[in-house]
Amino acid sequence: MQSADPVLLFAIIALVGLAVLFGAILGFASEKLKVEGDPIVDQIDKILPQTQCGQCGYPGCRPYAQAIASGEANINRCPPGGQATINHLADLLDVEPLSLDAESGVEEEDTKVAYIIEELCIGCTKCIQACPVDAILGAAKQMHTVITTECTGCDLCVDPCPVDCIEMITVEKGVNEWHWDLPPSTSRQLAGLNISDVITTDRARSKQDDAA
Amino acid sequence: MTEKLAQHIQTTQIWDIPGGIHPPENKVQSLRNPIIEAPLPAQVILPLAMHIGAPAEPLVQVGDKVKTGQVVAVPKGLVSASIHSSVSGTVTAIEDHSLAHPSGMSGPCILIESDGKDDWVDLSPVTNYREVEPAELIEIIRNAGLAGMGGAGFPTAVKLQPMHSINTLILNGSECEPYITADHALMRERAEDIIQGALLLAYIVGEPEQILIGLEDNKPDAIEALHQAIESLGDSRLKLRVFPTKYPSGGEKQIIQILTGKEVKSGGLPADLGILVQNIGSAVAAWDAVTLGKPLISRVTTLTGEALGAQNNYLVRIGTPVADLLELAQIDKDKSDRIVVGGPMMGFTLLDDQVPVTKITNCLLVPSQKELSPPPPAQACIRCGLCAEACPASLLPQQLFWYAQVEDQDKLRDYSLFDCIECGACAYVCPSSIPLVQYYRAAKGDIREAEREKIKSDHARLRFEARKERLEQEAKEREAKRKARMEAAKAKQASSEGAGTDDMVAAAMARAKKTNENPEEAKQKLERQKSTFEERIQSTEEKIANAETDEIEAKFSAQLKNTQKKLEGIQEKLNSLTAQTNVPETNSEPAKDAATEAIERAKQKSEALVNMSEGEKLKSTLESLRSRRDKAAEKLAQAEAAEADTVDALRTGLDKLEQKILATEKQIADLGEY
Repeated sequence: MQSADPVLLFAIIALVGLAVLFGAILGFASEKLKVEGDPIVDQIDKILPQTQCGQCGYPGCRPYAQAIASGEANINRCPPGGQATINHLADLLDVEPLSLDAESGVEEEDTKVAYIIEELCIGCTKCIQACPVDAILGAAKQMHTVITTECTGCDLCVDPCPVDCIEMITVEKGVNEWHWDLPPSTSRQLAGLNISDVITTDRARSKQDDAA
Repeated sequence: MTEKLAQHIQTTQIWDIPGGIHPPENKVQSLRNPIIEAPLPAQVILPLAMHIGAPAEPLVQVGDKVKTGQVVAVPKGLVSASIHSSVSGTVTAIEDHSLAHPSGMSGPCILIESDGKDDWVDLSPVTNYREVEPAELIEIIRNAGLAGMGGAGFPTAVKLQPMHSINTLILNGSECEPYITADHALMRERAEDIIQGALLLAYIVGEPEQILIGLEDNKPDAIEALHQAIESLGDSRLKLRVFPTKYPSGGEKQIIQILTGKEVKSGGLPADLGILVQNIGSAVAAWDAVTLGKPLISRVTTLTGEALGAQNNYLVRIGTPVADLLELAQIDKDKSDRIVVGGPMMGFTLLDDQVPVTKITNCLLVPSQKELSPPPPAQACIRCGLCAEACPASLLPQQLFWYAQVEDQDKLRDYSLFDCIECGACAYVCPSSIPLVQYYRAAKGDIREAEREKIKSDHARLRFEARKERLEQEAKEREAKRKARMEAAKAKQASSEGAGTDDMVAAAMARAKKTNENPEEAKQKLERQKSTFEERIQSTEEKIANAETDEIEAKFSAQLKNTQKKLEGIQEKLNSLTAQTNVPETNSEPAKDAATEAIERAKQKSEALVNMSEGEKLKSTLESLRSRRDKAAEKLAQAEAAEADTVDALRTGLDKLEQKILATEKQIADLGEY
């Protein structure tokens, strides 16, 4: 062997050339198609119920979403969202759905809103400062009131009140909010029944017997 | 049926819908007699939300006298309808009353007690509607409170203002659900008014090319009557379309498909195809509203079922309690199993028979136990596919059932759950007796609720973020202000060091002088204050006496104590002021005592000082310096008032104290910075 085989040389040149080309394309793509922000945090934040109640131990839903995304926190610390939110998060992050962490609190069935007993309010503005969504209206030494449509029911305003004039009241479901419930599962419907009640042909026969 | 009509029916082209079922019709029972006018009810209950959309707003108050046809509630928002009194009498209450709703919930209603006279308001009929602008006619229909009489209750006036131009008006005379014959009876007896109403509606929506009147072939007498009415009017656009009986051909999308062969796309409206569908009941109501000026205060309701002795169609005043009507139809309470509003396929069981008949109540079915036996227990889905064959919307009911069970909302949407018209054909054919429609209704409700919550949570997120931004902005502003102040203070200090302390001393003296310029005025001011405080105490005492709860009482007592304390302070000041003006010389005896006390205090303080940090020491010195300055200023003022010899000496003492205070403040500030 006096010199390198030209075919080998061409092969090397071609491969190096391809490597450079793809490297350039990838480099260009990574610059041009860069995703701003942290999309997974946004996705988690979208699933969270946005009550901003802090029961998870983080000051709001977005900080909790960041903690989940960075692996700091478990997905089961959101009592207002309950099991549905945990399942959604488990779907999104492809992890096992856990049951709700009892430390954070219990899931409540009913939606609640804060209500200020207005004759007791002394106008200290402490609840206004505590409200994470600016749902309380009022000024110093003026009576305060809650804008119910904005209230998320986080109850963060209850503790700071020096005269205990804030109550959490359950929102009654009206006719427009009502909807049908799922029927009980078929196995539960069948529990405790005679087999002759269940099989249609048998039932028809027993009816005929009755008639006769 | 004439030969000609039969031929016409056979030759017109109609289309078919997929699926569909043929349940027993059970319609003859209620068609034996003509429509019977029900007697005036003793009381009517008018729910504020009888239609789809926003509930109406009451216009009357409890105790008001109303006449028949008088507006008692006005529409709120665009999609809403007004409500009229269906009897003459007195408004007895505006309160929550149980409604004809599957939830059995209550809602706001206006209750009117009839005086039995049926005294009508003055009506203003339109003699020739073709001379009136369509927009005006729509307003008349809106004010007459018309809402879709077929079952949905969508405000008719809104439907008459479509976004697209209309080329086909369809009058839906199909009454496919078993037992119900209200529309059938109406077509039989008021065919001419229906056709006139159709022409009126056509005029309002801009004269479409064709007006199709569609109904099934199981209503020969209605077909005959409508045919005659059309013949007598001789409008070539009017076309009668008769199609084979099949359930559910009466759905809006289904009848469009049967009569025109066109399909309304998923999530679309008939208006997208240039089609408007109106129930024949709505056409009659529109005709009455325009040419008679009559608002919608009554409707035809079928009362049927084996438990009723007199199964008929009744012309019922809206708001009549269901119990009254059942009494009229000779209900056999031993036989009756339940009361169903609507038909056996899509209706729901009433939980309370005191609920009123509304604009959309087309049937009250009271079956016997044997007639409509309770559904057998559901069994597992065997994937036979019968439901898919029966579905008129070409959906896959078994897949929907599967995903509804596991509440997979994304998949349910993928399988077009919202195209389901809840007709119940799938559940009817299911060999496992699975209540499929119940699953779909629950799933639809869940999805709608999730959507509502999503909107709410998005809104909350926006507000939370806006608040965060605002707080950050405020913090920044505060920081900027603090910096500006610090710089200003530094600049001032630099200049004051050069210019000397003369200005400051003068200012301090001016301040001290001001506090004691006119003792007489000060006295008056204090007296004024005293009287207001006394008044306040009195009012607070009254409040305590009137307080309802212990909590409120405790709060007011605390207030009272506070006010009393303030009053004592004022009294003291006043006393000292009077003593000053009357006796200028200070008494030497108490002064001595005060001096010894002061010495004691100073001793204690110095002991405490030993244990303090530098900052704390400085602060306490500053405090003591300030109190000394205040005292000195007071003395100076007293001396000045009495024109004593000591004024000059006191003044220099005060100046020195001021300087010391400034120095200590600076020290503290320096300490704080490092």
